[in-house]
Amino acid sequence: MMNNLRNNKDFFAGLMFIVIGSGAVFIARDYPIGSALRMGPGYFPVALGGLLFLFGVYIMVQGLIKKVKMEGTWSMKAWIILPIATIIFGYLMDNGGFVPALLALIFISAAAGNEFKFREVLIMAVLLTVGSVGLFIYALEMPYPLFPWSR
Amino acid sequence: MEIFHNLIYGFGVALSLQNLWFCFIGVFLGTLIGVLPGIGPLATIAMLLPITFNVPPVAAMIMLAGIYYGAQYGGSTTSILVNLPGEISSVITCIDGYQMARNGRAGPALAIAAIGSFIAGSIATVLIAVFGPPLAEMALKFGAPEYFSLMLMGLVTAAVLAQGDMVKSLAMVVLGLLLGVVGTDVNSGMSRFAFGIPELTDGISFVVLAVGMFAVAEIVSNLGETEERVVFTNKVTHLWPTFDDMKRSIGPILRGTALGSFMGVLPGTGPAIASFSSYMVEKKLSKDPSRFGKGAIEGVAGPESANNADAQCKFIPMLTLGIPSSAVMALMLGALTIQGIAPGPQVMTQNPDLFWGLIASMWIGNLMLVVLNLPLVGLWVSLLKVPYRIMFPAIMAFCCIGIYSVNNSGLDVYMAAFFGVVGFLWRKLECPPAPLLLGFVLGPMMEENLRRALLISRGDATVFFTRPISLGFMIATGLILVIMVAPAVRKRREQFTD
Repeated sequence: MMNNLRNNKDFFAGLMFIVIGSGAVFIARDYPIGSALRMGPGYFPVALGGLLFLFGVYIMVQGLIKKVKMEGTWSMKAWIILPIATIIFGYLMDNGGFVPALLALIFISAAAGNEFKFREVLIMAVLLTVGSVGLFIYALEMPYPLFPWSR
Repeated sequence: MEIFHNLIYGFGVALSLQNLWFCFIGVFLGTLIGVLPGIGPLATIAMLLPITFNVPPVAAMIMLAGIYYGAQYGGSTTSILVNLPGEISSVITCIDGYQMARNGRAGPALAIAAIGSFIAGSIATVLIAVFGPPLAEMALKFGAPEYFSLMLMGLVTAAVLAQGDMVKSLAMVVLGLLLGVVGTDVNSGMSRFAFGIPELTDGISFVVLAVGMFAVAEIVSNLGETEERVVFTNKVTHLWPTFDDMKRSIGPILRGTALGSFMGVLPGTGPAIASFSSYMVEKKLSKDPSRFGKGAIEGVAGPESANNADAQCKFIPMLTLGIPSSAVMALMLGALTIQGIAPGPQVMTQNPDLFWGLIASMWIGNLMLVVLNLPLVGLWVSLLKVPYRIMFPAIMAFCCIGIYSVNNSGLDVYMAAFFGVVGFLWRKLECPPAPLLLGFVLGPMMEENLRRALLISRGDATVFFTRPISLGFMIATGLILVIMVAPAVRKRREQFTD
């Protein structure tokens, strides 16, 4: 049974909608519902959450009946590395500077690719960073410090 | 004639040096990303949205629109020369376009794609000018119940006509509406689903959601596929189609334009479906269908005209009603909102320079595209030699800088990373992200109109069925649902999706 479920596309899609839908209703329980005449802030979200829950149940049942498997590769590496690169960029923009943030982003992102040639990535990172500094910091005058020590 | 007066006014706006320049940037970028597989107009527009902050509204919209229809031009180049669609809307062009290239007729194939697109673009420009004003005038009379029903119809149709599982598309619309609720409720001042994070009380940023779902998730998905490109570079010698080519093509171009324009107004059907339908029609009408698949010029002329007409007519409901009918139009609507312009029928009267300037710029942009595309084919082709491993870190860099610049906030960047992760998961589960974006954009407006409608009617929900226009929208919505659930249509639809 578990093995059948593991790749069941619609089962998981349905499950996701059920979780989000019921979660939304659960959180919105504290918001005043009001009446149809004077809707409170809880009315619309509760209705949507309920609807999403129902869709989820239908999709999940369909999944259990049809048992369609997920297709294609998961590209796990990129799925993990790219968000990490993005988060590090955000952190370094807040606490470091434009140049280290961008260099980190480009280097880490490039590692998500299927091929990583250090020299190529280095050249690309330097060119992109110089270009971006010129475009965003000087031409578009975005007010970001270039380096941690220039904050 | 008021139309001519308006169009002349529009050309006056579009021909200003600044707007011409942004139109050029738009179509240039559009062609570029159209040629390159792996990056489409959706990701590009999402990426550039933050930068449009610093640009006047008219110029910003002209540029973004240029990217969209420019990509339809560029997509055909890659289809013809590489047998790999630059955009999904050009998938069908691969069949006969690539065969023409193999027969040494790449030049005429490229030329007829550009000429067809230009004719389609010109006709579509006139259509928007003719049908826009009366539609907007009608919409100005709409009250809250009409708006609510119209939005409901738009969302349901978009979800139902989109490719893939209908129920999942509808669920994604609801999820999008729910995401749109996040933030402070305008009526009560209560913050909803903010989880105590102060930044979330302003709601989820549109740019963050779009970039995460369409740019980051797209790159993740592209990296999972291996790429293979064989380019017919040295075969583009003579460009001009023969007289016989032109004679064969004119019918398909006009039919493709009609088909594309019609489908363009419908929500949910992308340019891909328009070009696909046009190919089918031409093959059916042909005296000798066996020529198709072996380099029939009709198979390039029809679909390429259809996708361009579709792309441009998508602007009609967006500009006149404020209702987006595709994910790209949702982005355009977002761009308008960012500029402080409330979308809706009043745009035409309150910002006539925007409406007429944009329309006129489309014709100018189409002209630029013909000039840009044909002589520069060599340049575009050499771009195809840039490997994806060089392209995607650059795309990531532009996306991240763009998102950060909206609020100067690292949290926005973290959220984009989050939507990148779930965006890819949605792809794997075959839950289409486009309906979610439509729901997200329309969510706050829908809630507001629902509240107002029920307030007017004193809480009586039948108000949606007693006012004639609203009833019309409701009946249409019901009909669309019933037709799609009907077993016969469902079966055919599943076959089509496969």
